[in-house]
Amino acid sequence: MKARFDEMQLADGQVRDHYRVYDDWLRRQDPALMRSRRGEAEMIFRRVGITFAVYGAKDEDGAGTERLIPFDLIPRIIPGQEWLEMEAGLRQRVTALNRFIHDVYHDQEILRAGVVPREQVLNNAQFRREMMGVNVPGGIYSHVSGIDIVRAPNLENPGDGSARYYVLEDNLRVPSGVSYMLENRKMTMRLFPELFGMHRIAPVAHYPDLLLETLRQVAPAGVNEPQVVVLTPGMYNSAYFEHAFLAQQMGVELVEGQDLFVKDGFVYMRTTQGPRRVDVVYRRVDDDFLDPQAFRPDSTLGCAGLLDVYRAGNITLCNAIGTGIADDKSIYPYVPKMIEFYLGEKPILNNVPTWLCREAGDLQYVLDHLDELVVKEVHGAGGYGMLVGPAASKAEIEEFRRVLVANPANYIAQPTLSLSTCPTYVEAGIAPRHIDLRPYVLSSGQGVQTVPGGLTRVALKDGSLVVNSSQGGGTKDTWVLEDGSC
Amino acid sequence: MLSRTADHLYWMSRYMERAENTARMLDVNYQTSLLPQGADTAEQGWRGMLSISELTGLYAQRHARVDAHGVMDFMVRDEDNLSSIWNCLRAARENARAVRGALTTEVWETTNQTWLEFNRLLRGGDFERDPGALFEWVKFRSHLSRGVTVGTMLQDEALYFLRIGTFLERADNTARLLDVKFQALTAGKDFFGVQQVQGQGAQPQEVDFYHWSAILRSVSGFEIYRKVYRNVIRPEKVAELLILRPDMPRSLAASMNEVVANLQLVANAQSGETLRRAGRLQSDLRYGRIDEILATGLHAYLTQFLDRVGDLGAGIGRDFLVPVAA
Repeated sequence: MKARFDEMQLADGQVRDHYRVYDDWLRRQDPALMRSRRGEAEMIFRRVGITFAVYGAKDEDGAGTERLIPFDLIPRIIPGQEWLEMEAGLRQRVTALNRFIHDVYHDQEILRAGVVPREQVLNNAQFRREMMGVNVPGGIYSHVSGIDIVRAPNLENPGDGSARYYVLEDNLRVPSGVSYMLENRKMTMRLFPELFGMHRIAPVAHYPDLLLETLRQVAPAGVNEPQVVVLTPGMYNSAYFEHAFLAQQMGVELVEGQDLFVKDGFVYMRTTQGPRRVDVVYRRVDDDFLDPQAFRPDSTLGCAGLLDVYRAGNITLCNAIGTGIADDKSIYPYVPKMIEFYLGEKPILNNVPTWLCREAGDLQYVLDHLDELVVKEVHGAGGYGMLVGPAASKAEIEEFRRVLVANPANYIAQPTLSLSTCPTYVEAGIAPRHIDLRPYVLSSGQGVQTVPGGLTRVALKDGSLVVNSSQGGGTKDTWVLEDGSC
Repeated sequence: MLSRTADHLYWMSRYMERAENTARMLDVNYQTSLLPQGADTAEQGWRGMLSISELTGLYAQRHARVDAHGVMDFMVRDEDNLSSIWNCLRAARENARAVRGALTTEVWETTNQTWLEFNRLLRGGDFERDPGALFEWVKFRSHLSRGVTVGTMLQDEALYFLRIGTFLERADNTARLLDVKFQALTAGKDFFGVQQVQGQGAQPQEVDFYHWSAILRSVSGFEIYRKVYRNVIRPEKVAELLILRPDMPRSLAASMNEVVANLQLVANAQSGETLRRAGRLQSDLRYGRIDEILATGLHAYLTQFLDRVGDLGAGIGRDFLVPVAA
């Protein structure tokens, strides 16, 4: 029997302290009223157009390719003290990751010290040779980081009922979802204003302000009033709503690649009043598509010549090119060591214990425990080339064993985590569902900032651990209770 | 502002205005068709509706007969007819979505809601039950769009391009309506160009009244006519009201005044010629007289007007909307 952890209830069914006020309130609500609130929320999300694009399907409104991400009414609540610890951990982690990226593109001290194996970095597809020796403002590469965190029963002491936060992965390229964090809060305030009188909930609405401040602070040297823009692949991108939303909230232009051009070493946008210089690009386009002259030549999403302007320091890209080297699965296991190496501190946030099959001892352990572990391809994504031991048949495990032994360096392994659950509305009423958390961390030369909480994603299917929106995941409002209110 | 943004704003408001005018014309035809009249007269009205939008050919490919049901269905919900209200509202919403960051939340939500709600109404059978109510609804959503635009948008370029789109489209639509309705009475000949003597076409007095009052109603001009002229409804006065009166909000003169005023506000280094042409068209309306216009022939006049409006649209596209080459 696997250990379980529910965010709201103790194993004996008692409600945890920080959920007590909410639970009392929820019990007093008429189920019919809550049902109608759910309908109302959906109607508002549709009107506001908070949708993500899905290809191929036609929805009931004929809008074809747009779907709502289900919003669950029951918030995920985090006690203030827990958040303070998590926030300190996030600062520490993102600071070290930025130091790491700067280091690998400059002196490579961490490689020379042998803390991270040289070939893991230099032979990595995410390592961008074009970035060697390029200086970026403030030495910051990942300005906007989304750190995926789960809570699971304590791996070191299973069965004692306690649980710990674990970082599942770092997203340092173009992490998305922050608009849902903001809209979910607006929705809760609209539907249940009385709850905000009963709790002291830390606000999140100032995120676009912090983002704009961050972007302005990393403008190229000598630019006093930087022109900031958001670069989107366009309205058919799944995160288009978010791109448009953030541009609007910050009061900056939302541009597409076709709106930009390079002339005499600078980037300009085409306006009704002629060309205007651009200084900072919050880009929501992947590295590969940024500049057809430097990366994929067939890309129409970027701007030809952008890389040269960037390398010359005449424009700032947020996030920088080449941050993928630090959020790769093969690099993830080294993040705790990076923190010690660069900051001389003990990591505050836990990594999920990871076995590197390239190392003989680890490989042996993995081979002995294949039926308990999750084994992943180092460069794989989307669940391909992956073994989930507890869910696999004997034959599948033996088949995987052969593949693994043939090329161990290509694999890492982790224990199967039992993500914590949170009560959630489902067809039959309220039931526990697995959740994760993505806090957003903003970095500039001036420091690291967060807004309390982040985006909580929830797997709506019973027993499912998959929280992705493309696979039927939903979201929840995330409350951090300010001290003394729980 | 980005040229691409200006382009989307301009077309967003053009499509919304087109949806409204299509609803207006359909509504008037529909209301008229409820009056006792010969089948010919009714059919003529629906044919006129198709020729206003230059859709006679496309319609004939899809429908055997020209009748109320066929034309209304074609102009309201036909997804293959790019001028149907369905397509106009879709295009308005798609353009808005492409630049939702340049719009206030209220403007975007109004446009998005119009599109979602229109589809719900069609699915719910509201159109079949009561076409008049649906046309009324489209008009009101357009009023709401305009109102929320003027009421919430910062008075900067974004608003000016929205206004240019609205009024250029309105000038075009009012001119087309006049042209078709005046020609309808003369079986294709120019109503004023040939002969102005009353009763020439042997039209009974009451047919005249319903015909002219229908035109006025389609531009919300019936009460305005009475107020301005305090007289019986006469065709040349109807023409004057809809062409030359600057205080009649849907007239050609009023529309061009708005186009010119907003063009001046967005002027750039290369827009001088377009502005000159717009100003000249405006002056022709400001200093024109209805007897002169009728003397040259109304149909000829309106045809030329439509050409000039089309030319202005092309100029605006060149000067502002198409990205300027590096």
